[in-house]
Amino acid sequence: MNGQAAGSSSGGSGDGGAAPRRNTRKPKYSKFTQQELPACKPILTPKWVISVFVLVGVIFVPIGLVSLMASRKVVEIVDRYDDACVPPNTTDKLAYIQNPTISKNCTRTLTVPKDMDAPIFVYYQLDNFYQNHRRYVKSRSDTQLRDASKANDTSTCDPESVANGTAIVPCGLIAWSTFNDTYGFVHNSKNLTVDKKDISWKSDREHKFGSDVFPKNFQKGPLIGGKTLDPNIPLSQQEDLIVWMRTAALPTFRKLYGRIHTDLKKGDSITVALENNYNTYSFSGKKKLVLSTSTWLGGKNDFLGLAYLTVGGLCFFLAFAFTLLYLIKPRKLGDNNYLSWNRNPAGR
Amino acid sequence: MRPAAADESPLVELAAASAPAQTSASAAGFTRAVRCRGAGCSGDDGEDGGGGGGAYPGNAISTTKYTAASFVPKSLFEQFRRAANCFFLVVACVSFSPLAPYRAVSVLLPLVVVVGAAMAKEAVEDWRRKQQDVEVNNRKVEVYDGTQSFHQTEWKKLQVGDIVKVKKDEFFPADLVLLSSSYEDGICYVETMNLDGETNLKRKQSLDVTAVLNEEQSFHTFKAFIQCEDPNEKLYSFLGTLHYNGQQYPLSPQQILLRDSKLRNTTEIYGIVIFTGHDTKVMQNAMEPPSKRSSVERRMDKIIYLLFVSLFAIASFGSIMFGIRTRAELSAGNYAWYLRPDNSTMYFDPNRPTLAAICHFLTSLMLYVCLVPISLYISIEIVKVLQSTFINQDQNMYCEESDKPARARTSNLNEELGQVHTILSDKTGTLTCNSMEFLKCSIAGVAYGNRLIEVQMPYGGIEEECVDIGNNGAVKSVRPVKGFNFTDDRLMNGQWSKECHQDVIEMFFRVLAVCHTAIPVADRNSGRISYEAESPDEGALVAAARELGFEFYHRSQTTISVHEYDPVFGRKMDRTYKLLNTLEFSSARKRMSVIVRTEEGQLFLFCKGADSVIFERLSKDNSKACLTNTKCHIDEYSEAGLRTLALAYRELTEDEYVAWNMEYSAAKNSIHNDHDVAVEKASENIEKDLILLGATAVEDRLQKGVPECIHKLAQAGIKIWILTGDKLETAVNIGYACNLLRKGMEEICITLDSPGTNASEEHNGEGSGMAPYEQIGRKLEDARRQIFLKGTSTPFALIIDGNALTHALTSSLRSAFLDLAVDCASVLCCRISPKQKALITRLVKARIRKTTLAIGDGANDVGMLQEADIGVGISGAEGMQAVMASDFAIAQFRFLERLLLVHGHWCYRRIAAMICYFFFKNITFGFTLFWFEAHAMFSAQPGFNDWFISFYNVAFTSLPVIALGVFDKDVSSRVCLEVPSSHQDGVNNLFFSWSRILSWMLNGVCCSIIIYFGALHAVLIQAVRQDGRVAGFDILGVTMYTCVVWTVNCQLALYISYFTWIQHFVIWCSILIWYTFLVIYGSFPATISTSAYHVFWEACATSPLYWLSTLLIVVTALIPFFLYKITQSLFYPQHCDQAFQFQVLL
Repeated sequence: MNGQAAGSSSGGSGDGGAAPRRNTRKPKYSKFTQQELPACKPILTPKWVISVFVLVGVIFVPIGLVSLMASRKVVEIVDRYDDACVPPNTTDKLAYIQNPTISKNCTRTLTVPKDMDAPIFVYYQLDNFYQNHRRYVKSRSDTQLRDASKANDTSTCDPESVANGTAIVPCGLIAWSTFNDTYGFVHNSKNLTVDKKDISWKSDREHKFGSDVFPKNFQKGPLIGGKTLDPNIPLSQQEDLIVWMRTAALPTFRKLYGRIHTDLKKGDSITVALENNYNTYSFSGKKKLVLSTSTWLGGKNDFLGLAYLTVGGLCFFLAFAFTLLYLIKPRKLGDNNYLSWNRNPAGR
Repeated sequence: MRPAAADESPLVELAAASAPAQTSASAAGFTRAVRCRGAGCSGDDGEDGGGGGGAYPGNAISTTKYTAASFVPKSLFEQFRRAANCFFLVVACVSFSPLAPYRAVSVLLPLVVVVGAAMAKEAVEDWRRKQQDVEVNNRKVEVYDGTQSFHQTEWKKLQVGDIVKVKKDEFFPADLVLLSSSYEDGICYVETMNLDGETNLKRKQSLDVTAVLNEEQSFHTFKAFIQCEDPNEKLYSFLGTLHYNGQQYPLSPQQILLRDSKLRNTTEIYGIVIFTGHDTKVMQNAMEPPSKRSSVERRMDKIIYLLFVSLFAIASFGSIMFGIRTRAELSAGNYAWYLRPDNSTMYFDPNRPTLAAICHFLTSLMLYVCLVPISLYISIEIVKVLQSTFINQDQNMYCEESDKPARARTSNLNEELGQVHTILSDKTGTLTCNSMEFLKCSIAGVAYGNRLIEVQMPYGGIEEECVDIGNNGAVKSVRPVKGFNFTDDRLMNGQWSKECHQDVIEMFFRVLAVCHTAIPVADRNSGRISYEAESPDEGALVAAARELGFEFYHRSQTTISVHEYDPVFGRKMDRTYKLLNTLEFSSARKRMSVIVRTEEGQLFLFCKGADSVIFERLSKDNSKACLTNTKCHIDEYSEAGLRTLALAYRELTEDEYVAWNMEYSAAKNSIHNDHDVAVEKASENIEKDLILLGATAVEDRLQKGVPECIHKLAQAGIKIWILTGDKLETAVNIGYACNLLRKGMEEICITLDSPGTNASEEHNGEGSGMAPYEQIGRKLEDARRQIFLKGTSTPFALIIDGNALTHALTSSLRSAFLDLAVDCASVLCCRISPKQKALITRLVKARIRKTTLAIGDGANDVGMLQEADIGVGISGAEGMQAVMASDFAIAQFRFLERLLLVHGHWCYRRIAAMICYFFFKNITFGFTLFWFEAHAMFSAQPGFNDWFISFYNVAFTSLPVIALGVFDKDVSSRVCLEVPSSHQDGVNNLFFSWSRILSWMLNGVCCSIIIYFGALHAVLIQAVRQDGRVAGFDILGVTMYTCVVWTVNCQLALYISYFTWIQHFVIWCSILIWYTFLVIYGSFPATISTSAYHVFWEACATSPLYWLSTLLIVVTALIPFFLYKITQSLFYPQHCDQAFQFQVLL
């Protein structure tokens, strides 16, 4: 009797259970909710580690070599002229540079160390010049540069926003302090033309500097900073200004001055007629003239190539070291002796 | 009606007598006046509206935190109470001043996103609560409309004074005074599970004067007035007076039906609403559970402070440097004329460098604000909610039998689960099923029942049992009857009639079937009868009687009907006993009796109770042999961990009964303070000269999987304390059964052994209190010496009982006791009160300074659950009280294993890794900014475009870190369970140790150095493209930022050990988002995108140098961590690594 009751009751509950199981609160199964999604679980086996290092080395060393070669292919002439262009008997360089009556003309002669294929890029390089100072960076008005109707929008340009009661275009410290040394090149008693077109970024010319915005009231204040601008040329064509206003990130920087579309041969000597106008003497900055070719990687900088080689080499070394260790002291993966749960945890 | 009237006069007198007391009480807390809205009052509703519903709030409840109007200000306030958010708000405000290094909107936007997300979360949660409220408020109840009949109304429309009709299995809509029920004598049964978690039925009784009002028509003329206490939170007390028909009747808790309890076994009741809505006792009781924070979060706060400190340190360093540099600007040879130092604002004034430096300090704070991760809190919250979902959704923690999945009730303790050091567990209902099973009995000195006692099986037996888990189903089907696990051919199927003591056996069964307060419930489908009993023990006994042929099937107020197997006729007979008196069970009396009249007219007193109590009251006629045998069996049973009761009866003569009944009625009707004493005394007088029938043994079965679970937890190095109210012997037995005590363990037993001491203490009170105190002190000392001598090789188990504990927890012995307890692997405390449970929990928590977890199922565990770092409630038989107070609710104890070892492990690891990583990524970013600033004359110039900075935490790095927090898992659940010792990583806080946090931070600094100086030297001064153009501020910024985004995301990819498509998706997507962002943002008008205008397409994408330097820098920045990781896993493997490898080999 008891057994029968048992059978019927369990059977009954089973039947009852099957039908209205709809509103059960059992969590629905899905791989997601049960955290059982298919996954790859990379495990650091010695082989894996060694192959990763070898792989990195194999990729990095060639890249390093190629980069280094590219960098080495670049021919670069750097000539510091800030000291050399000061007349030899000048004691106060600052007074010299600030005296507008003294002629700032200066001639430098450069020798081409290797063949230089056109185009040759002409840069000026400043040193200890903080174009990234917050005060300097902020001191410009993008709206004014772009839009002729917003000429009076100079609120961000202090302290070079207004001169003689009217707004300056272009306003701000950056524009005010535009670099104004000029270079002329003579090669084999022929003038080398410096192409100053397209030295700025296209987006700057087309969108940041308006073609109907003309310099106005510029460098008319009590203190004259750098370059003066031709008020008849719209800002979008004042490429020196545009280049200057793309501020540099570091206190030492180069900026593109122009291009020379003539090949130079090894041993050629170039005479540079420069006007040494820009005052770097007051803050002990250096000025350099740079002539450089370029490759697919840009200018001369061994860092990238060397770094690639170093890291690649390091990886090879590590691969080697781990291989040695692996051979000398192999440890079987998941070796049970290492598994501390085989020791009694209650003892701890 | 006459007797009722006779009863009335003393009641009125009493009311009059206590009137002075009441008036004095009315000043404080006795002001409620309820005018019933019966027929008579419907006309003058307006006039006594003041006394009726009008003055009191309606029955609508609202548990929401906010209303539509208050949501915005209140939740904003909540958000900005967080120090970090407040800091960000201040920064955002300051950023509108010229001090800001970048545009204000870029600071404001992330703040708005973060605060908005947090508020949205609040709003959603509150909306859910609102939905619940609406559902409750719109429940229907029948209310008397004052004229004719009862109408369905929504709960929220109820007013104080309304008369309502509640039907079977409905909830009471408000606190009611019971007027009458469908039973003639005005009783009804209620289930108060929602209030106190007790599932048993409680009996409520209306006043006799109102019990007759059990028809709708009777309310046409009903008019009453109730005066009662003010709303309070005491569930078990009530004071009030009913004014009815010109007389006063005192009201007691017996007449009060509380909101949220349920009407059971009664067709319908009528009641007057006295407390509505938030005045009801259950709402008054509702309080916010104490909010708990995990230790990881507490440490996280410290790290945030550390970050604040480093933020201030960096900012001050920068400011000092800036001040020095600014002052030098005017000196010859250093005069940066292009900055116009001669015409400067105060922020850069070289003449006032100190002021400039102070301003700069504020600016730097804004600049480096990204060191403090703004999105950390919200990310963690999102992650924890998702983790909780996983816990809730885990099928392996779903209990098929009770249809209950696990519930993470609070989400902010997930990671704490992985750090549990000590578990404090309740016993009954937690380790055991709390479903009692009738297992053995001893009748007339003969022991019956030949089932094995499961509790007695030591753990060794269970190992073998594990093997055939598959057979469990089969085992189950053999035991289909709830509460009955008895086999003995001598008694089953009517065979008992062939036994020699068959008359005694018959009487024994009769006592089982009659002497109880259970209520039979017939199952409609099968017609089988089950029982609603006050305690599971009782249910088991009645069920046993049923299975043995004495089926109790009907109870009226005055009768008990039983199908009895009659050995003479060999078939079932229906017998009805007239129930004359019920002497109820109380913990003081430890027995209950009923007095019945059989159909033949005999009068019997049936009694069951604790052996000690029953044996005191036996008559001298009992046979000595039977007595000693029974006593012997009882001892045997209780040693085996069974709960025993002795059964006895007595035949009464008519005269004897009548005389006694007079005395008893008088005692019962006395309402004086000594009411209970008088009833007790009267009961004593009849419960004597009993004839012993035998004893029953009921087993409280261990829950499925408990020993295995405890074994696993012990392997995981978790200390387990069992705190129980049971007897020492029972507790020790359970301890062995559930593997808490193992062979080879040294037991240290601390009790007050000599009963003399105990008794003398009870008698003399304070005077001899010193003796047991010293005794305990000495024992503790001995035990410590013993442990010291044995060393740590042998595990110890401490067993201590409640009395001893009282002394051990006095302030001077407390530390000795806790020291001892901490040295022991297992601790068993028996005979302790709920209060002691909570006290122990608090002391242990304070002592070990590690995470404690309390687990329990009943209302008596609530204190313990709230006191512990984590409270886990078992949502089992004993209702919801413990669950409501808990942080996690599981259906069975065995799920604790998975909750701790799997979910705890994962959550802890995830959260720890996530926080560490969060700090890493922000430090990488912040320090990159710092290096740049150092190269910009410390002028607080950010190295990146402002929108890059503000989107860093929100767009490019947020999703992977959340994926890390939600999905990463080092090892599968199977390995977690197979390698329980890896739990120790969490206990020792390995993944969130200061060394680990600091090394992550160091790694961040390293990465920032590699990124900044790598990018710097790569793009340096030369042309970066074939067309000879050089890199400006913009290109360097983009290069560095690209490297940062790649590095932090790849670092994450390197860290996580579990790649599903989600991880791949979010990591690679985040990097893609950065490029997409760069393109889209770059094509915005130049006034918005400023330095990022067209920078990617025009300058970077076409420059091989940009791509090559990205590759170089990212790979280099990852090498240090990679090296660390492989060294760690190949040469100094830790648990986690090993387990991980182990898993791969499986």
